[in-house]
Amino acid sequence: MATRAAAGARPGARFAQFKLVLLGESAVGKSSLVLRFVKDQFDDYRESTIGAAFLTQTISLDESTTVKFEIWDTAGQERYKSLAPMYYRNANCAVVVYDITQASSLDKAKSWVKELQRQANENIVIALAGNKLDLVTENPDKRAIPTADAEAYAREAGLLFFETSAKTSSNVRELFTAIAKKLPLDQAGPRNLRAAPRPGVDLRPEAPGTQGAGACNC
Amino acid sequence: MDSTANGPAQNATDAGTDTSESLPPSLPRQPNSCSDRESDPTPEERPPPLPPRPNTLRLLDEGGASLRTARPGAPTTLQSRATTAVSLTDIGCHDAGKENHVVREASETLRAKASLNHLTSSRGSETGDTASIRSSVPQGDLGDVENVFGDFVATDTGPIRKHSTGLLQFPEFRADDVEDDFASEFEPVGDVDEEGEHEEQVLERWKAKRKHYLILSAAGKPIWTRHGDGGLISTYIGVIQTIISFYEGSKDPLRSFSAGDTKFVIVTKGPLYLVAISRLLESDTQLKLQLEALYMQILSTLTLPSLTHLFSVRPSTDLKRPLQGSETLLSTLADSFTKGSPSTLLSALECLKIRKSHRQAINNTLLKTKVSSLLYGLVVAGGRLVNVVRPKKHSLHPGDLQLLFNMIFEAEAVKAGGGESWIPVCLPGFNSSGYLYMYVSFLDLRGEGNTADDTTTKEESVAIVLISANKESFFELQDMRNAFVEQMEKNGSIKIIKEAVDRGRPNTTDIVPGTVLHHFLYKSRANVQFTMSSYNHEFSTISRRRRLMSTYNNLHASIHAKHTHVKVHHCVSQSSSSFAWVTPMFELYCVAGANANRNALAQSASKIIEWVRQEEERLFIIGGAVF
Repeated sequence: MATRAAAGARPGARFAQFKLVLLGESAVGKSSLVLRFVKDQFDDYRESTIGAAFLTQTISLDESTTVKFEIWDTAGQERYKSLAPMYYRNANCAVVVYDITQASSLDKAKSWVKELQRQANENIVIALAGNKLDLVTENPDKRAIPTADAEAYAREAGLLFFETSAKTSSNVRELFTAIAKKLPLDQAGPRNLRAAPRPGVDLRPEAPGTQGAGACNC
Repeated sequence: MDSTANGPAQNATDAGTDTSESLPPSLPRQPNSCSDRESDPTPEERPPPLPPRPNTLRLLDEGGASLRTARPGAPTTLQSRATTAVSLTDIGCHDAGKENHVVREASETLRAKASLNHLTSSRGSETGDTASIRSSVPQGDLGDVENVFGDFVATDTGPIRKHSTGLLQFPEFRADDVEDDFASEFEPVGDVDEEGEHEEQVLERWKAKRKHYLILSAAGKPIWTRHGDGGLISTYIGVIQTIISFYEGSKDPLRSFSAGDTKFVIVTKGPLYLVAISRLLESDTQLKLQLEALYMQILSTLTLPSLTHLFSVRPSTDLKRPLQGSETLLSTLADSFTKGSPSTLLSALECLKIRKSHRQAINNTLLKTKVSSLLYGLVVAGGRLVNVVRPKKHSLHPGDLQLLFNMIFEAEAVKAGGGESWIPVCLPGFNSSGYLYMYVSFLDLRGEGNTADDTTTKEESVAIVLISANKESFFELQDMRNAFVEQMEKNGSIKIIKEAVDRGRPNTTDIVPGTVLHHFLYKSRANVQFTMSSYNHEFSTISRRRRLMSTYNNLHASIHAKHTHVKVHHCVSQSSSSFAWVTPMFELYCVAGANANRNALAQSASKIIEWVRQEEERLFIIGGAVF
């Protein structure tokens, strides 16, 4: 992730690369969010992700700053759970997704947040995304999780928070931009898994809830 | 019943045999199943160490993991003495004979007339045995069963029987001038709404399907069904479970039975019952292989130890949850069987036809860029193998590749991910007790970039598949992929693959100008690979293709029926004449129009053989690259 000048760019231009992982219950729309962000596409019907998909997307924060995300889009099914640490272990940031029309999906999201805060990189930036906003716009009765509740939880846990719709692309770009802005552009970290494989047991002390003040961008 | 008993003996045989084709015919091939692998350590969490494999240098070991039982009559029983070369026998009838007395009687009359008793007598006894519904189920009293199912088995056999001409009653798929509803076979039956209002309708649509697959647990919990959902069909699941358990209880498992022209085939695998219900005139063996492939898919998702564990802890486990998300893999696999898959029928793989030197060049590039954690490296174009590299001691199993190709090319889920994929997958033929990790990315053959866009069709998509036993090796394999693709760009291999993909399969008329043949399948037995002509024109619709496959199914079943001594088999039906030719080297199946001249058919067939011989090193991967 070392911040470095992009070749051929103006002097002073900054380029940073970050690892991002998406987690959340199955069928909440993780892949849809990523594909909206990376390819600006959306399918109403999407097959479940098998294993995990690896994608990249580059965004410009301002004239001189470019951020490249290396994204792990993980499958939400229970049986893939044991593989999750592999994807979040060196992640600089995470998007934990729930479905605002499914109450149980927020519980699952909370347990992912807990796991990330206990096990992942201690400086990890976590964003909570309540997806499928379009369903609620059409039919307010479908909402199962009030915005205020999720927002309060996000503030308490120190998370970025957005309600998104991969379908209408509402708040998708905003979500990733907010993450990029919160990431420490000048702080060097392990470039990627290859450069710093961290095998076996991680003996670093746990970092309970050292998540900064948790600016909520809503 | 005896399927597992053969396991160990058969593995031993494989280890010592160079070509699996030379197995004694008395040893039916069985797919690798649980009990074959008792010697394997069964660590449940860690990726398993690579188990020792039969020390074979062959590219594709048809061995223990092959998806089929070997044709029992092959090759040692193939008699070298003269046969009635091209013979109009009733062999094609034998499937129908199993199902229907009337047809069998008709064919018996003919059999006498055909004076080919030396050919048919040995089969005759088999037909006789199985012709009675009662005896096709070992010691079963089918009277009850038939009644139980009487109300949901559609008994209208339609045009098949009505069009009788007094000629041979060759069982075939509906005549295709009758515009057929086969395409709707794959449409969803719909949902029953909360008040249960549409249940009748939905059930009607469900019953109209000509092919069903049901998987349930021994405790009677529905696990997966191709059509409808567990709720809709729970009563049928209950009935089936009761019937199967009844025979299980008497230590004599029920394997198949027929009701009208509907065939039921049951495969029991540990805690799972797999049931196929078909009105597509498929043989018991063919349906059994299909069910075993579905079972392999379940193992591929869960691994055998974890499947066993789930049920040993709680026999009433609901397997739906652990399998969640893999239902599409089962469905696409099932649909490929229902549509008719030459690969499954022949238990062989198809390769992309390119020059030997070109293939060599790609192999060398793969070997040059190989990283230490690589186990298998494959280049696959739309389900056709382009290249494979593998360790000397490990062969690849057609059944495993079938699962991989299904996942990568049929199920869309991998491609829909839109990027590179990293997938834990158990290859049951390789080792059913643990996961391997598979890196998949698609090549863009059209544009500038290196990843395919979404408009690329299935046939056109080319995947780089790199498999490792190390779950942390994604980035290593990604580097390898990038280096490999870069090299291929440089040495022109990408262009070669693209051209070969664009060229597609040849038409029969490209090979033999003016031939009567519409289509052919050629299997090279030694290479466990096949090649075929294009489906163009004649077989462009899904129902026509299904009919073609049914013809092949029949040819294949006839020629591989127990105790046959048939080398050449000619069959004329309402809509086509077909021809099979089997030697220890190859199997050729071809189909021509109904009125095709027999000699012309035979001549074209030999020309095809000649062509394959000339092109052999391009059509097939011979040897493959090892490290």
